[in-house]
Parts: sequence; structure tokens; C-alpha cells
Amino acid sequence: MSVPYQQPDTMRPVLELQNVTRSFAVKSGFFGATKQLQAVRGVSLSIQRGDVLALVGESGCGKTTLAKMLMGVLAPSEGEILYDGTPIAGRPIAERSRYIQAVFQDPYSSLNPRKTIGSIVSLPLRVHRQGDSAAIRAETLRIMDLVGLPARFFDSFPNQLSGGQRQRVAIARALILRPEIVICDEPTSALDVSVQSQILNLLMDLRRELNLTYVLISHNLSVIEHMATQVAVMYLGRIVESGDSATVFATPRHPYTQALLASVMSPDPGAGIPKIDLGVSFPNALAPPLGCAFHPRCSRALSQCSQIAPTPRNDRQGLIECHLHAT
Amino acid sequence: MAHESFVSVQDLNIAFDVPGGALQAVRNVSFDIAKGQTLCIVGESGSGKSMTALGLMGLLPSNARRSAQRLKVGEHDLLGLDRRQMSDLLGSEMAMIFQEPMTSLNPCYTVGNQMAETLVRHRAVTWRSALGTARDWLERVGIPPSAGRLDQYPHQLSGGLRQRVMIAMMLMCEPKLIIADEPTTALDVTIQAQILHVLAGLQRELGITMIFITHDLGVVSRIADQIAVMYAGQIVEIGSTREVLLDSQHPYTRGLLDCVPAPGKTKPGAHLGTIPGTIPSLIGKLDGCGFAPRCSYATPTCRAGIPVLQDLGPGRQVRCLFKPDTLWGAA
Repeated sequence: MSVPYQQPDTMRPVLELQNVTRSFAVKSGFFGATKQLQAVRGVSLSIQRGDVLALVGESGCGKTTLAKMLMGVLAPSEGEILYDGTPIAGRPIAERSRYIQAVFQDPYSSLNPRKTIGSIVSLPLRVHRQGDSAAIRAETLRIMDLVGLPARFFDSFPNQLSGGQRQRVAIARALILRPEIVICDEPTSALDVSVQSQILNLLMDLRRELNLTYVLISHNLSVIEHMATQVAVMYLGRIVESGDSATVFATPRHPYTQALLASVMSPDPGAGIPKIDLGVSFPNALAPPLGCAFHPRCSRALSQCSQIAPTPRNDRQGLIECHLHAT
Repeated sequence: MAHESFVSVQDLNIAFDVPGGALQAVRNVSFDIAKGQTLCIVGESGSGKSMTALGLMGLLPSNARRSAQRLKVGEHDLLGLDRRQMSDLLGSEMAMIFQEPMTSLNPCYTVGNQMAETLVRHRAVTWRSALGTARDWLERVGIPPSAGRLDQYPHQLSGGLRQRVMIAMMLMCEPKLIIADEPTTALDVTIQAQILHVLAGLQRELGITMIFITHDLGVVSRIADQIAVMYAGQIVEIGSTREVLLDSQHPYTRGLLDCVPAPGKTKPGAHLGTIPGTIPSLIGKLDGCGFAPRCSYATPTCRAGIPVLQDLGPGRQVRCLFKPDTLWGAA
């Protein structure tokens, strides 16, 4: 296990999803009938304190819907989400937001251009009425220092900052209420590589210092391999494989995970472009294929894959949902 | 090497007039590409890599000023062409693939309509035969003809399919030069690998020369024959893929490579390399080496004058005052 700090006193998961489903009503065409789009279909997941759980999958696989449910922005259609053992349904937003916060992809659109950095970072404290204005200012400067923002930026506006500095502002704002969990939705995709590495280093340091738990969403698998302790691979609303990051990256078992990992291009002159055997057909989330949702693109599909949906199986390596690995 | 180069650019400069002076987006950029080869231009945002491409295509915004010693593609001297002659070349001799296929395809017309239009504009063909050619090309980029994609609108296609349509559309007139500006950045990794496969396969088959712009060093290492690293509008290092990636001579190239987590090389969870600071202002003249303020090897001499490109071999140059291999051991 890759947990380089002291174990917490409790082994209760800090965040847990029990059979969570979320569907949306979608109209097909102007006069078309309303259909149900199941963005997340029966996902169960548990996250231990201090873990970095990475959600991996193509666009449209339900990663962001799942993250929104974790934040409490969307309610699950079915199933339950538990923070530290207690269900979040019906709990006040203020309480949830003290527990879980988010950092988004684009620091150019996630910061209000008309507010100063000090005002943006301190807003959560003011909303939650945490102390008088002097205390709020002191705490804001403390957290700005923690994420590497000089105090002189307190009265600056976002347009005076570079992309990396803006993302530090977003991180400071997420951390100021001292949450347990931070959801990082593509935190470095909008940044240049030299800035990306600074933000990744910062996130790793903060996790160690503040004993944070991250849910990391990224399409950059090199970043995920670097950051994550746990990986969950999603395909069309289901988690098809999950487990310890090192294990999943070393011995991927699901054909989809294998295709994903094969498509990673690390700097390696002469290695050539990987050949991906996935076909061009893209799954329609409105009408997911019968049986295993992945079977139309799977190069190793068996006869039952198009008929019977595989059941998830948990073993020492983690969770796998594939007929090829049924016992 | 100049005698066999297909694309030849010498001392390309692009400037914009902005309040406070002239913004020098591209400074004295020179490169040569042999026929059928791929040059990758790498750099961070603001390094001038896209401007270099747009400058070559003559697609710059109207407030830009372009000058160059030489700008040749095949037998065409682009410097002497007027707008109309340039527009004849675009699409037929040289074509561009952009990052976001949704914004480059017209949402109001079907895929078939847009594809056929290109062909009718540049080749003396009928609409019907153009549609037939379009269908063939969709098949060549991996879209089965049975799917009826020609009659669909761009919004009905996924991002990967749209980019395939763009590639088919660009290749239909059989251009000699393709400029691809971050063509796979907006796509999923699996789709990215598939698209690059299609592009590289057709490039080899048709002998197309390519300029590929990206910031993804992983992609670069897989498709480039030559790499040009740009910083603050200048080429700071150029050479073959192996030379630039495995024997980097410029501290900036080294820094970029250290920033990327590379499975097997970097330890998960360990600190990645960083390049502190930001790109210098491009307004006015550079005083000294543009990278000096961020360079851990910089000496006072670096700030005194702009380093010239040192020749290290055929097609191999580096813009740094230090002698090669003196900054780090020949590892």
C-alpha cells in the first residue's frame, strides 16, 4: 500500500457510495419521447482517509456526474452517499461544504474577475461566519501562504495572476474551511506542463500536511499514475475495474483498462504510436448495449458478453466486472 | 540539407502593434523540413508556436506584421503571393487541422456538404463525384461507409469522429503539407492514439510533409522526425527527435522533460521538476536570453545579449551561451 503517513485511528471510509444511480430525463428531438439517460449506474465505492482516488474513463462515462453527487450538487436517483458513515441526503449544504470541497479545471472561469484574491479566498469563511474580520484576514493570509501565494496578491484581481497562480487561488479557497475531502476535477488540464508540475507538487504536499483525501478526475493517465493511490475505471456509468493504483497500472485486467493504459504516450522516442483496438463506434448512453456495455468495442468479447451483463467480483487485486475474469 | 528541403523558413518574424510597443510573437524563426518528414513545434502557451504556423499559412490576424527572408513550400514562394493566390494554395497544397473540430466545422451544413465543397472549390469536379470522393475518404480515416455519416451534422458526431472528418476533409485535396495545431489535445487518450494512427498512416502513404504543434512531449516523441522547442518567440533548440529528447542541450528543454511524470522514470508521489517563474513580456526587445530569469544555470553574461543559435551538427542547433554538455555530464 502506498500510504506514507500514520494510519488514522478509524478504518471507517471517509466517503462511501452504496449502489448509486443517477438518471436524467432526455428528450430526443422536438416531438420525441422522453428517455432516461443513466449517467451513473449502480456504483459502489469507498474511499479511505488519506487516499487519492482517481476516476478514469472517456468523456461521457459519468465521472463528472459522480463527482457532482459526491459534492452534493446532484442528488442520486437511487442509492446512498455516506460521509464518514452518515448519509448526506437531507443534511444542510453548509455542513456538507465544510466536509468536501472542489477544485475545477479552468482557473480562468472559476474565479470571479471582479473580486480581489483576498475576497475570493475568504468567502467561505464569511459565508460560514467563522470569526471576525481580523481573524478572517489572518486565516486567509495563512492559507494563501500555505499554497504559495504571496501576501501582496491579497488585493489583486484574478486577471493580474498567471494560470498557475489562479489555480493556487482556487486551491486556497477549497482548503480554507479545512475540508476532509477535495475533489480535483482536471486540476491541471488548462495549465502548461511547467506549471502543471508545480500544482501537482503542491497538491501532494498539502495532502501530506493536512491529511487530505482527494478524488482526482483527469484524462492524463501519467498524472494519475503519479498521484493516485486508488484507481476506479469507469465505462458507460459503471465501475468496471478498481483497485490499488500500482496494481491496476502494473496488471490491468479489464480489456477497457488495458486499452486505456496502452494509449498512454510517455516521452519515448522510437516507441511509435500505440495501436488501439477499440473501433470507431461510440457507445450511446441512452441505449447502452445489452449484456456487457463494453462488448461492441471489445476485441476479446465472448458469446455471453452480448447477452448477460457481468457481475462485479472483488478479490485481492480489487474489483473487476468482466466475463473474462469470472470464476 | 537545404537542397532537399520541402518547407524552408528563414528568419520569420511576426509582430503585433499593441499599446506600449510592438509585441514580437515570433523572432527570427528558421527551419527546414525534408519531404515526407514531420517537424514538431513544442512550447508553452505564448511561446509563438501557433503564430509560426499561422504565419506560414498567411492566416494571421489583420493587425499582425509578418516579415521573413524566405518562406517556401515546395516550389511556391509564399512571400510573393497575393491573397487570391494564397487562397488557391490553402486547402489544395497546404492544409491545416485545428484543435477543436467543433468550431472548425460549420454546424449548419452536413458533413458531406462541407467535404464536397472543399473539393469543388479546388478541383474541377462535379458535386456528385465530390460526394463519392468524400465517402471514400471517410472510409480511409476509419469511418464505415454504411453509417450514413455524410448526411449527418457535426453535432451528431462525437469529438473523435469530428476530428476524423476534419482529417478526411483536409486530405481530400491531397495537400503536400499539413499543419496540425494540437489536433488531439481535446480528445480522450484512446481516441487520440487512434487519430494519430490514422494521421501518421496516411501521411506515410501519401508522402505528406507535416508540421505538428503540441505541448505534449509524449505525443511528440512518437510522431516527430525533428523537434523545434520554442520559448518567448524564439527557437531555443532544434534537432532530430532523439537528439532533442535524449540529448537535450538547452536548460529549458531539460526542464520541460523533468516536469512530466513519466511512468517508470518518475517515482509515484515524488516531487516533479518545476520551472519557476513565467514567460517574459514579449513587448519590445528581449534583453539577453529570454529564459535566463528562470534558468538555474544563468550567469550575468546570459542577461547581456541574446545568445545566437550554436550549430551542433546538420539540422541541430541550440540557443544557449554554454558549450554543449558543459551544463550536465553526457549522461
